Amino acid sequence: MNNENRKVLLEPVIDNNPITLQILGICSALAVTTQLAPALIMCLALTFVLVSSSVIISAIRHHIPTNIRIIVFMTIIASLVIVVDQFLRAFAYDLSKQLSVFVGLIITNCIVLGRAEAYATQNGVWPSFLDAVGHGLGYSVILIFVAVVRELLGSGSILGVKILPLISEGGWYTSNGLMLLAPSAFFIIGLLIWGVRSWKPQQQEKPDYRIQVVHRTEIV
Amino acid sequence: MAAYLQLFIQAAFVENLALSFFLGMCTFLAVSKRIDTALGLGAAVIVVQGITVAVNNLIYQYLLQEGALSWLGMPEVDLSFLGLVTYIGVIAALVQILEMTLDRYFPALYNALGIFLPLITVNCAILGGSLFMVERNYDFGESLVYGLGSGFGWALALVALAGIREKLKYSDIPDGLQGLGSTFIIVGLMSMAFMGFSGIQL
Repeated sequence: MNNENRKVLLEPVIDNNPITLQILGICSALAVTTQLAPALIMCLALTFVLVSSSVIISAIRHHIPTNIRIIVFMTIIASLVIVVDQFLRAFAYDLSKQLSVFVGLIITNCIVLGRAEAYATQNGVWPSFLDAVGHGLGYSVILIFVAVVRELLGSGSILGVKILPLISEGGWYTSNGLMLLAPSAFFIIGLLIWGVRSWKPQQQEKPDYRIQVVHRTEIV
Repeated sequence: MAAYLQLFIQAAFVENLALSFFLGMCTFLAVSKRIDTALGLGAAVIVVQGITVAVNNLIYQYLLQEGALSWLGMPEVDLSFLGLVTYIGVIAALVQILEMTLDRYFPALYNALGIFLPLITVNCAILGGSLFMVERNYDFGESLVYGLGSGFGWALALVALAGIREKLKYSDIPDGLQGLGSTFIIVGLMSMAFMGFSGIQL
């Protein structure tokens, strides 16, 4: 694999992460992360839809009229999501109930449409495939991180296996109920963004206003 | 009537689409820098959400649901697997129609909303509203109220966040938290505040 392809594949994981930097695909990312198992299924489902749609759209990119491209993309993406949805209902019914509407919401996940529009329409099949896998990985990394934190601190387990024994079951760990509620997802991602941007300062946004230290002599 | 009011309050505050189901987050975070743009987008979302949830309810009841085609003499047909592609098609078409109608008859409103209307097609709050309507088996009246209520709740959260961010623009925030990071924390705090509404009964 040459350097160009490696860059396309690995850049979205941290340096240009779809969630922490591009503000894409956050919608469904947060709701399914109270436990690790549904988060993993969501990652697989999104990566499957993203990769397939990128490959299909890139393969037929010369035949799509530009005026109606969004409708064509939406139809392709919606058909793929229906496949995933029906597959989950057939083989993992409980998990599909737990994910409820969020599998269907992959259709409006901005990462999928964003990559189709920004990359797959202008590049060949193989680079589009790598780009989609990279963005799928970038999305999955964040989702898995948030899910591990929330499940570990919220119910003391990972993938249902007890790690921290709870007080209610004779252990020592008091579970943090907030971690199972909606606000904690926002806090974790906010703090994660803080961490990533302190590590990679080039991702920081410029503030609109700066507080300036004015020396007394300058005023006089 | 009281049941409808209860549903409206429930959809707007207790089960706020943005703050407790994380729907429409991308637009929510991207378009919340100024109050006036937030107001425009919020109004557009209320209108589109109110119409699409009700229309999708009719389509689901009379075309897609299991046994819905019995008026055509085909009681055993179940088209509910076509739901996703139908809803998104209806949403895209309705947004397009709304855009053309506003352009023709209400140019002032069209210019105010202009750029936000097409964005709404890919707003997950709209599709999410329709999917929740199907999952919870609302009838036509309930889905109309649910659509308006959830749209109102989303718009309210958006405008509130825009107000906070406008004030926060002058504060001294750590470099790494600047912009997106601090917005997430604020939304988290707002979401905690909205949890205070849970348990409201009329």
